[in-house]
Amino acid sequence: MALDASAPWEDPEAKPVIHFQNVTKRFGDFTAIDDLTIDIYEKEFFALLGPSGCGKTTLMRMLAGFETPTEGTILLQGENIAPVPPNKRAVNMMFQSYALFPHLSIWENIAFGLKRDGMSKHDINERVDEMLRLTRLEQFARRKPHQISGGQRQRVALARSLAKHPKLLLLDEPLGALDKKLRQETQFELMDIQEKTDTTFVIVTHDQEEAMTVASRVAVMDHGKIIQVATPDAIYETPNSTYVADFIGDVNLIEGKAAGQDGDKLKITWAEGQPDIIGTPTTEFSNGQTVHFAIRPEKVSITAEKPEKANCLQGKILDIAYLGNISTYHVELAGGKVIKAQTANNRRLSRRSFTWEDDVWLSFTDTAGVLLER
Amino acid sequence: MRRFFLIAVPYMWLLALFMVPFIIVFKISLSDTALAIPPYTPTLDFAAGWQGFKSFLSELDWENYVFLTEDDLYWKAYISSFKIALTSTILTLLVGYPIAYGMARAPHEWRATLLMLVILPFWTSFLIRVYSWMGILSQEGYLNQFLMSFGLISEPLIILNTNIAVYIGIVYTYLPFMILPIYSALEKMDESLLEAAEDLGCSRFTAFWLVTIPLSKQGIIAGSFLVFIPALGEFVIPSLLGGSKTLMIGKVLWEEFFSNRDWPVASAVAVILLLILVIPIILFQRNEQKQREAEG
Repeated sequence: MALDASAPWEDPEAKPVIHFQNVTKRFGDFTAIDDLTIDIYEKEFFALLGPSGCGKTTLMRMLAGFETPTEGTILLQGENIAPVPPNKRAVNMMFQSYALFPHLSIWENIAFGLKRDGMSKHDINERVDEMLRLTRLEQFARRKPHQISGGQRQRVALARSLAKHPKLLLLDEPLGALDKKLRQETQFELMDIQEKTDTTFVIVTHDQEEAMTVASRVAVMDHGKIIQVATPDAIYETPNSTYVADFIGDVNLIEGKAAGQDGDKLKITWAEGQPDIIGTPTTEFSNGQTVHFAIRPEKVSITAEKPEKANCLQGKILDIAYLGNISTYHVELAGGKVIKAQTANNRRLSRRSFTWEDDVWLSFTDTAGVLLER
Repeated sequence: MRRFFLIAVPYMWLLALFMVPFIIVFKISLSDTALAIPPYTPTLDFAAGWQGFKSFLSELDWENYVFLTEDDLYWKAYISSFKIALTSTILTLLVGYPIAYGMARAPHEWRATLLMLVILPFWTSFLIRVYSWMGILSQEGYLNQFLMSFGLISEPLIILNTNIAVYIGIVYTYLPFMILPIYSALEKMDESLLEAAEDLGCSRFTAFWLVTIPLSKQGIIAGSFLVFIPALGEFVIPSLLGGSKTLMIGKVLWEEFFSNRDWPVASAVAVILLLILVIPIILFQRNEQKQREAEG
């Protein structure tokens, strides 16, 4: 497969829109961003994901120009943006609170940035109408922000920040204030608008599902550092650390010791009285080295009889979490370790095969889990 | 029934403490002066019955109001009061806005203290505070001593007993009334609005002009009325700090009442002043209502 525009980060020739070079930001004694280097490419939908206080918002505020890096440089299309004030940057931001001007109508809110550029009246009218169409807000143009719903306000904020054709659009928790159903709809709308406008989007979020849905690449952050940058599926299927594996989705983590390589397989001893786990490592593990075995619950099968699989563990059902489409079983093994297994509920509940206190077998293939050093 | 009662209480209060005194003053303004106690005629004699009431009414006339238009002292005093009140309102706004802005932008833990400091002067008597300004502004006062000791001026400035002293007095006295509503408007403002304005291409100054000022408009209007309305009828400040040339309607009213003992003319002056004040008071009420609607 040739390298195409949808994965510019794999192309060594591609020029990034944004380039962070060893950027550090300190507030007094607190280091918000710690020696961070990252590239963001054109037309990407880039997500910064992490718990609150991990530095993702600081990173975004540095892009917008509200904070300056303590050390290092940030390049926007090859140009150092540190000395450029926020009002002179080709970067616009959609605020978490939306920050709509309450004294101005929706139309005036969207036109606000255009007027500052000294555009002609005719051009402003045209552009505002275009943005209103894009965000399906035509009939609300004359209303004030307090006269429309939360979802509509979110779209006004988006329209306002897109109106000036920014090279880069920053979205600070853009869907945080919406309820779940509306949030899911809006995620697809955001992707649609991003595609239509061909703008580079950088989204800050603490919601991993949101990041996975909208982003072309996700950067998982913790304590001012980027732990992993990859596409959503790579982040999910091949996390590089237990932190990422644990932060994204649900995971079973088993700590053990490497106990001998056999071809491309590795045996892991992890508890007395339990059979070794056989996995497929991607890095070298020396004998006796600590191995963290991470496996997603949906990759663990649950059966009444012992199946023919590389790894089989026996246990007793402790808890069942019924979520409608899926059920999560908490199975306690002999040593007390609890493993989560997930099954899709393609049968009706009344014919469910397992219930509390049932003895069951958990099984997974030798490629289902990931072996991590830390 | 209970609802009627609840509404009746404030209305009874207004009737007893506002309408009744106003009717008395209005009645006096239609009477004539007399060397008597009280110093006007006619007085209502209930013993004379219906006939007495009719003759009482026939003796009332508008001649005091006609007199106010004939002597130019009065309308000059009204206009001069209006000018002084307007100028001092603008001055108070210019002084008060930056203070309110600074308070609203101060760290959270400081705000209560700053608010306290603004209100603190109310804890001493208004009269004493105005008197102390006489000590500051007079020719041998602290201000002149201070400036002369630094050699900034060679002759003492003449401030006391001029309109400047009146402006200083009014601005000083009514400053909290300007600061508090503006502060409460600015404090509610979301700071990300200013960041958004900057992000969209505003400089700090245009962001202030296009966002901060419009969003504190209700506070500015409320504060201005709260200063303008009492300043228009102000009596103590012009009579203590102002000079013989300071012409304000409050002072005219006082002299008419106490020096001249012409209660009917004084009452007529008061009624006209009230009618003039009704306009800004109605405007003020409308502004408050608009603000409540915007917030609701």
